[in-house]
Amino acid sequence: MKLKERFDRLNDRARDRVSGFLWLAPSFLGVAVFYIVPFGVIIYYSLIDNPISRNFVFLDNFKALFQNEAFKLAASNTLKFSAVAVPLAVVLALLLALLLEARIPLKSQFRTFFLSPMMVPVASIVLIWQVLFHYNGVINEFIALFGADKIDWLQSEYNQLVVITLFLWKNLGYNMILFMAALSNVPRELLEVADVEGASPLYKLFAVKLRYLSPTLLFVTILSLINSFKVFREVYLLTGDHPYEGLYMLQHFMNNIFKALDYQRLASAAVTLAIAMVIIIGALFIAENRFGRDVEG
Amino acid sequence: MSKLRYVGRAVLFILAAIFAIGFLLPTVLTVTNSFMPQSEIDANYGLVFEGAKKGGSYTADRINLKFIPDKVSFSQYITALFKSPDYLLKFWNSVILVVPIVILQVGFASFAAYSFARYQGKFKSTLFFVYIVLMLMPYQVTVVPNYLVSDWTGLLNSRWAVIFPGAFAPFSVFLLTKFMRRIPVSLIEAAKLDGSNEWQVFWRTCLPQCRSALYSIAILVFLDYWNMVELPIILLEDAAQQPLSVYLSTINAGEVGIAFATAVVYMIPPFLLFLHGEEALVEGITHSGSVKG
Repeated sequence: MKLKERFDRLNDRARDRVSGFLWLAPSFLGVAVFYIVPFGVIIYYSLIDNPISRNFVFLDNFKALFQNEAFKLAASNTLKFSAVAVPLAVVLALLLALLLEARIPLKSQFRTFFLSPMMVPVASIVLIWQVLFHYNGVINEFIALFGADKIDWLQSEYNQLVVITLFLWKNLGYNMILFMAALSNVPRELLEVADVEGASPLYKLFAVKLRYLSPTLLFVTILSLINSFKVFREVYLLTGDHPYEGLYMLQHFMNNIFKALDYQRLASAAVTLAIAMVIIIGALFIAENRFGRDVEG
Repeated sequence: MSKLRYVGRAVLFILAAIFAIGFLLPTVLTVTNSFMPQSEIDANYGLVFEGAKKGGSYTADRINLKFIPDKVSFSQYITALFKSPDYLLKFWNSVILVVPIVILQVGFASFAAYSFARYQGKFKSTLFFVYIVLMLMPYQVTVVPNYLVSDWTGLLNSRWAVIFPGAFAPFSVFLLTKFMRRIPVSLIEAAKLDGSNEWQVFWRTCLPQCRSALYSIAILVFLDYWNMVELPIILLEDAAQQPLSVYLSTINAGEVGIAFATAVVYMIPPFLLFLHGEEALVEGITHSGSVKG
């Protein structure tokens, strides 16, 4: 009761501050306990030699990490995958969105079809993926019809291609929806003026639409980049703990150190990745500010 | 000219149709194959799922992809659902992991989003930024703090080790804040003038305004966690507690037929949600489309 009296006596501003904090408290406590505080500890762990003697070694853990062959392989595989998958995810999704903007029949059905992989759990689909891409699988039978040699899709350098297909299949729908929303925000008058002036569809696309799409383009790129780091899920379900070299991703590396419980390596890997992500996200914010202003202004 | 346009449209339609077939094919094949009896699966895909050949049954020397089974059979479903409790148990594991995560995450998020949307301040905007950064972090980063806390608190290997990090994942907070910011301030002022207290403003004025938003966020969260792999394989060592999303990939070669049936059963809850909530889902995705408020 006393607390309530004291609360009532506060002025409006202070009262707002208190209730604002109270509403936030449950979520903030959880985030602090499960994410922020342990992450602080991880930063500490990444700078000491081991949790028992606790001597500061500063960057030694990071140096060891960057010299670790498995980490190098995982990082380069993840980057290679992202470098191919992200541009494809952006361009193909934009194409699909433009396709659905054209005057074709069954548009809403097509949207549903393109979006449908979102609801299918990857685990449900890997069986059919194996049937398709196995050495004795359907794709090889198909290309054999044209006289090509069989390819061991999952156990050769082609395996990234298989996972990229799965990644695109799963993620294009989401990106497409984002582009569709952005396309519907392009001012109609501008397009009409372009029509009157006799602009070609291609000119309209590059000179008008893409200018308005640039913030979305950027956002979808970053989103796909982040999703491409999550592709471990698909790889794990397709190939298990120990994939062929080309698919050894950062998350595999993390899983293996989890098994060894090497806290120093775990911590320095997590911190390194977090820093890389912060740089990427920072770039997103700066770039979105700049491009966004260009269109709004 | 108009003829040319007509041809152009036909080309675009065919293009869309080709894409549509590509998008639907894996799902459709999984469903139709789930009605094949094990013997037919062995015969058709024996070369892919080696080990399935045991028992001397006939195996075609080439793979034989079929859309329609020769003999439609529900035996896989009967085995998966009634005869082998393993699959049903794993399905149940998924349910008791995902349902609490969805409810708790959306619940906590609605409080937090209300705070972020209604009360401004420098500390608030910094904190919101922290939430966004956390939201964009991949599992490789976040699973390490999650693991440490579960280890300290002894939650490791219990399902709460997965549920808590999921319940406090910031995705819903971010999205819901965007929706709540669009509620006109006048509406809240009016409710206050009518004598509503803080809780009533939240419960009777604010939440009903975001009913569709809550639904679309719940769908997005459900779809994401129904598909989870990273958290359970690290935080739940005990295979008996794994959700079906992890277990499905470990199925033995000899049980491929059952695996197909289980895979289809596993698709049903998200499929129903998708059928019912596609519009809400699209709206949710659309609003996630910008990182800035």
